[in-house]
Amino acid sequence: MIAAGAPVVAAHFLGRTAALVLGEEAVLLVPDKGDEQRLTLHGGGILSAATDGVSVITGGDDGKVFSTDAKGESRLVTTDAKRRWIDHVAAGPDGAVAWSAAKSAFVVAGKGEPRSIEVQSTVGGLAFAPKGVRVAIAHYNGVSMWFPNAQAAPELLEWKGSHHDVAFSPNGQFMVTAMQEPALHGWRVVDAKHMRMSGYSARVRSFAWTAGGKWLATSGSEQLVLWPFQGKDGPMGKQPKMFAAFAVRVTAVACHPKQEVVAVGYADGTVLLVRIDDGAEVLGKKPGEGPVTALGWDAAGTLLAFGTEAGEAGVIDLG
Amino acid sequence: MSSEQAQTEKLPVTVLTGYLGAGKTTLLNRILSEPHGKKYAVIVNEFGEIGIDNELVVGADEEVFEMNNGCICCTVRGDLIRIIEGLMRRKGKFDAIIVETTGLADPAPVAQTFFVDENVGRRTKLDAVVTVADAKWLKDRLKDAPEAKNQIAFADVILLNKTDLVTEAELREVEARIRGINPYAKLHRTQRSQIPLSEILGRNAFDLDRILDIEPEFLHAGDGHDHEHGHDHSQDHGHDHHHHDHGGLKHYHDEDMQSFSLKTDKALSPDKFFPWIQKLVAEDGPAILRCKGILNFKDDPDRFVFQGVHMILDGDHQRAWKDGEKRDSKLVFIGRNLPEEKIRKGFDAVVA
Repeated sequence: MIAAGAPVVAAHFLGRTAALVLGEEAVLLVPDKGDEQRLTLHGGGILSAATDGVSVITGGDDGKVFSTDAKGESRLVTTDAKRRWIDHVAAGPDGAVAWSAAKSAFVVAGKGEPRSIEVQSTVGGLAFAPKGVRVAIAHYNGVSMWFPNAQAAPELLEWKGSHHDVAFSPNGQFMVTAMQEPALHGWRVVDAKHMRMSGYSARVRSFAWTAGGKWLATSGSEQLVLWPFQGKDGPMGKQPKMFAAFAVRVTAVACHPKQEVVAVGYADGTVLLVRIDDGAEVLGKKPGEGPVTALGWDAAGTLLAFGTEAGEAGVIDLG
Repeated sequence: MSSEQAQTEKLPVTVLTGYLGAGKTTLLNRILSEPHGKKYAVIVNEFGEIGIDNELVVGADEEVFEMNNGCICCTVRGDLIRIIEGLMRRKGKFDAIIVETTGLADPAPVAQTFFVDENVGRRTKLDAVVTVADAKWLKDRLKDAPEAKNQIAFADVILLNKTDLVTEAELREVEARIRGINPYAKLHRTQRSQIPLSEILGRNAFDLDRILDIEPEFLHAGDGHDHEHGHDHSQDHGHDHHHHDHGGLKHYHDEDMQSFSLKTDKALSPDKFFPWIQKLVAEDGPAILRCKGILNFKDDPDRFVFQGVHMILDGDHQRAWKDGEKRDSKLVFIGRNLPEEKIRKGFDAVVA
């Protein structure tokens, strides 16, 4: 167990080194062999983090975006001209980085100049599409699909309400947002057909597709809720699968990179590993002091990093 | 949420409203610059002119959106949800949060944000709505600016500012206007927003206790006149404001904004009360700007406190009734064209 000393807001892997992003100032690098490294990057709160597997991108309330690799080398990607909060970051193909501050979204690819766009209201979430440089920008009343290299105005996928985190399915056919209401909203990208996933007891704060994209694993309920995405219609007209019912809510999910296994974190600090095939459960971590707020697998699927709001953190070696 | 500990861990949030030019910025600058040993995170509006560079001052965009939860007046401030979640990353670096709204803002979405978003509600609590009013111009604004009237109606604390610019008679006149809309708020006369900060910050629980302990101030006129509030003046008075004068104390009844309180020393039945109040706000929520209450439920050792904004209610056990404490239940309603008789009858029926 690692004492992070602060709430852990994200857990990512850079090779076999876990990057635990803390709520304030620092990223904790935990290699599988050797000493951990605490890197103080931001002069304040860290509001968002993302990874492409090579670097971890962090955005802070100091208006800065950093990119940090497994060795602990950090690069300042940008400082917002008005020192606005960097609310969201995303990592794209070939080292592309996206971030947002208030209504503005930015993308920088390689060594190029950042491109920016202003959307109708504050950005609620950002995601790169799996292929090509296309960015989904979630905001009030929908998502803007932005091609930063094109002159055309972004395509707007509308749905009334406030949209937060956004993600694409691995094959790029579906896009899902977590809403302010306890529900997810989905679009089939090709024809903007809607899909609504509701029934949660709380806002969905964590969701991820399983390897291969058959299932969307979600938090926000007192059990792991999995929406089927096998067919071309996604979950429309279908019931979700539910596993691992608990007295407390699921607060974080992370899907195994190769198998249909989901790491599930709960509000009491428990982490379970759930196999979708048969619902088999393995205890990853006993209950602790605060809700699980961060879960992440390494690319091989042998290491699982976790972190809680109370600052508990660790790496489970399943290899 | 039941434990007292969880209650005390919540960061208090003060909402600062007031029409343009009333003195909000002066007050904020004072809060940020005076030595009071406390640190405040301040969420300022985009038109704010706060002159102090402070890492805990955050700009907001006042982005109001409608919730898709079926209640027609349920609007929340999305930017506040985002900013408060962000500020919580720095928990421990400040003692309280102050939210400044623009002069034209309706306080309802701000207040509703604290009840609607679970994450925000888990970590913060609405402490008080403080409204700064301009002693010279408020009277005119109450006529031509519905926002100004809403801000008065919503307030727990009112600073009647710039009192040096008006005469005592004018002051009493504008105070009577304020009382006609909201007799329950604590009213302070100020100049250049000078007021001990303890009078506006850390008021606790939306100043709920005041409604039990203090009668509406203008009932204390001692003129032996039994005032019934909220009766419908619009039927027999064609003019703008109904106005009667007893023993030198002016009383106004605002033509469309009323307030009244309900009180009983009989214990209430929770099985009757909750369905009643839920139905009431579902039907008449748009008319109810604010309601708040302290309740004595039968066989319950704890005081139950609740507050509501339009169709949204939020309540909890507050603390045990003290020995010898009078176990009264009291509710206060402030709103536009309130169905007072219906509410009174309904309340009478929820005693245990």
